[in-house]
Amino acid sequence: MAVDEGHVACGGDWDGRWNHLKKFLERSGPFTLPDFEPGTETLQFLLETCKILVIGAGGLGCELLKNLALSGFRNIHVVDMDTIDISNLNRQFLFRSKDVGRPKAEVAAEFVNSRVPGCNVTPHCQKIQDFDESFYRKFHIIVCGLDSVIARRWMNGMLISLLNYENGVVDQSTIIPLIDGGTEGFKGNARVILPGMTACIDCTLELYPPQINFPMCTIASMPRLPEHCIEFARILQWPKEEPFGDGVSLDGDNPEHIQWVFMKAQERASEFNITGVTYRLTQGVVKRVIPAVASTNAVIAAACATEAFKIATSAYVTLNNYLVFSDVDGLYTYTFEAERKENCSACSQVPQDLQFSSSAKLQDVLQYLTESTSLQMKSPAITTTLQGKNKTLYLQTVASIEERTRPNLCKTLKELGLADGQELAVADVTTPQTVLFKLNFTS
Amino acid sequence: GMAANKAAKEQKYDRQLRLWGDHGQEALENAHVCLVNATATGTEILKNLVLPGIGAFTIVDGHKVSGEDVGNNFFLSTNSIGKNRAQAATELLQELNSDVSGNFVEEVRAAGSTCLRLGAVLWNAEVPFLVCRTYGLVGCMRLVVREHTVVESHPDNALEDLRLDQPFTELKNHIDSYDLDSMEKKDHSHTPWIIIVAKFLEKWYSEHNFQMPKNYKEKEAFRELLRQGILKNENGAPEDEENFDEAIKNVNTALNATKISSTVEDIFSCDLCDNITAQTPAFWVMARAVRDFVRDDGNGILPVRGTIPDMIADSEKFIKLQNVYREKALQDASVVSKHVESLLQSVGKVCPPGYLLIMKFFKCVFIISGKNAAFLRVVRCRSLEEEYSIESVNKDEITSCMDNPDSEMVLYLMLRSIDRFYQQHSHYPGVYDYQVEEDISRLKVCVNSLLQEYGLSVSVKDDYIHEFCRCGSAEPHTVAAFLGGCAAQEAIKIITQQFVPFNNTFIYNAMTQTSATFQL
Repeated sequence: MAVDEGHVACGGDWDGRWNHLKKFLERSGPFTLPDFEPGTETLQFLLETCKILVIGAGGLGCELLKNLALSGFRNIHVVDMDTIDISNLNRQFLFRSKDVGRPKAEVAAEFVNSRVPGCNVTPHCQKIQDFDESFYRKFHIIVCGLDSVIARRWMNGMLISLLNYENGVVDQSTIIPLIDGGTEGFKGNARVILPGMTACIDCTLELYPPQINFPMCTIASMPRLPEHCIEFARILQWPKEEPFGDGVSLDGDNPEHIQWVFMKAQERASEFNITGVTYRLTQGVVKRVIPAVASTNAVIAAACATEAFKIATSAYVTLNNYLVFSDVDGLYTYTFEAERKENCSACSQVPQDLQFSSSAKLQDVLQYLTESTSLQMKSPAITTTLQGKNKTLYLQTVASIEERTRPNLCKTLKELGLADGQELAVADVTTPQTVLFKLNFTS
Repeated sequence: GMAANKAAKEQKYDRQLRLWGDHGQEALENAHVCLVNATATGTEILKNLVLPGIGAFTIVDGHKVSGEDVGNNFFLSTNSIGKNRAQAATELLQELNSDVSGNFVEEVRAAGSTCLRLGAVLWNAEVPFLVCRTYGLVGCMRLVVREHTVVESHPDNALEDLRLDQPFTELKNHIDSYDLDSMEKKDHSHTPWIIIVAKFLEKWYSEHNFQMPKNYKEKEAFRELLRQGILKNENGAPEDEENFDEAIKNVNTALNATKISSTVEDIFSCDLCDNITAQTPAFWVMARAVRDFVRDDGNGILPVRGTIPDMIADSEKFIKLQNVYREKALQDASVVSKHVESLLQSVGKVCPPGYLLIMKFFKCVFIISGKNAAFLRVVRCRSLEEEYSIESVNKDEITSCMDNPDSEMVLYLMLRSIDRFYQQHSHYPGVYDYQVEEDISRLKVCVNSLLQEYGLSVSVKDDYIHEFCRCGSAEPHTVAAFLGGCAAQEAIKIITQQFVPFNNTFIYNAMTQTSATFQL
């Protein structure tokens, strides 16, 4: 550690370094939580003991790391499987053009550790699913800066799986607070989740409406918008023509691939006298690009980090529990308490009710699991116990099993041997734990 | 070379170009901002301007970097302790984006009333001024701009401009070209809902004395009329016609009378619109041209917007209909641009500076007249002098907000009070631990004298006085970062003339994660 004219003491601290924070930690105040005790212990806890995990080192993640590092948190882990892309540089300020191609978590950790002496950010260039309870259990607080609802739900499910219940009451010491931020253009939200106690991600799944896909008949035979032409090239022409070789799938990050889709889309558009197909639009549609700027990420990450500070120190009442922000017209915030759903598929501990006629097909159940707004599963695998043995009714993600179980989709629930009250266990990418359902025959 | 650089920039800025377009980016890259005081709040604001590629920034700051500064500021390092703060921050901000030019001025900070004096200078120079401050868990922003015109406000959920209540000739002709009764099912089911509503509206007119369905009962009756129009199969059951479903769903909004909003009428009745001179800014020349269109050519209505939403229809029918609206919009824009030309000529063809930036004249006219005429906005903020003067203080706003003693307004009053405290005691309350206790009563005196001076019969809870002593003018990074994001985006709105800035005081309470905007 370089020492410059005695400014920097051993251990990375210097005179006045924590002056801004100390005012809130060493003094009593009218708005602190009841369990807040002014003194030097809280700062020590932040600096030496508190372990905090940041999920994502992108637009929100970079801001979060900076914010936490300058709020006294030193033991920070960050998880991100992505590498740096040039389009990140307008807001992910821990990266420079020379870093393009390198793992985000690694570069972010390097930068913060270098700029903020004493801060120890540990990078993990991996998917969140690569870790199990033994990893997540170690943290006091987890902050998410993700861009995917599926990943959020998985994280949510993971923390719920860590909960211990005694006589139906959750053991508070097993609760790890989850602070979740999201942004899109000039809008964003920040929320605080106490798993098992307050509304979780799945309790409010309707706040994340599923992506709208254009109807296939529109794309295939009745295009009206430039987007329809682009989807035609992406969904229909690419698999048919395989322009870059057999089995080579469309890579949204490959400019040559985008260029091909762009040109094909232009051809289709001119066939139907549709204007507006541009390279930018093509890229936006293929990659499902969400517009993003530094400012919105700064606001939301700041709100999240403020909550992390509050939770770790009890210096102020925590957000209860959802903040919405928009600065399209002036600046607008709205704060409300999202409510728990009594029968939430993730956190209610109650087996989910599945109401079907016994003559309904397994296909109908599958459709319900994916299309219901409160479940929004992606590719559920359904298993059950029949005659004492575990049986896979349908599984999509492994080709051989998919093929073997596909005929079950056309069979009725009765034909499959399922009884009224039968328990089905469903696994899906949206949750680390299987979700239990109970069949309730309506006829 | 140049082309490669341009391509790299397009990739780098891709995510934001989708929000404010190439022309917005160009405005940003031609802008030069000045930051006074490289505090954490200040550098966070600049970070959010440098990253998207502001043209240039200048930091004015006479302070030397202290250990405390480095503790909450990401753009100061331990190496900068003792150095000039403007210089240190400029270096670390500059390296965020090589497209941006940064420099600094080491200016010795003048005491106390700098803000008001600077405000007066900038007001006279017509330079937008954004005063930002983080004080404990409170963030505050004040925008001071005489008049800011917004060309593209990009409203969320704007109503469509379909003209079903008064179809222009080309639209009427196009509607007439359809005969629903003689259509095959395939065509019938893929006719745009706009045509369907128009056709049934004609039927309705003939039976209702040419009056539009006005209330819920009539709209419901109209919807029933549409339902009757759905084709039946051989068993007499209604076919599946999604376009008719769309028509029924859109009855509520599609039949609204086309009219000019009061916001736009206000713009038309401004002095600046009436009296066009050689110095009139581009926005007002355009607004006047649109007004002339409304009065001379548009029958009291704005130029056609030219866009329609997507709807169930076959490609040919949809594109044809879309083109009817588009061509009319282009026609109208052409008439507007003739008005612009004649207005310019009438003042001796001298181009106000705004035009020099408008390379594609017609495209600009189209942007204003066509797509955005209905959404033009003007934001006028009161000066700091008006806010602070006893004669013109906004008593009503302050007292009515304080009906709720926990309204963010109390935080505004506290900020005014601690400034008063500083004037009297040459330090902010509670900076040192030993001061906290005695400063609470001193601060209370300042609060009361402030309220009395301005004749505000409100009461400020002791808790807030206590809190504002407790925080000892600390600037926690996360609150500075929140405000930094907000402020930067307001600056970008001013620079790009897109999206609508706030007017004029924004308060953020990080304790409750709430905020409010007051017009003071």
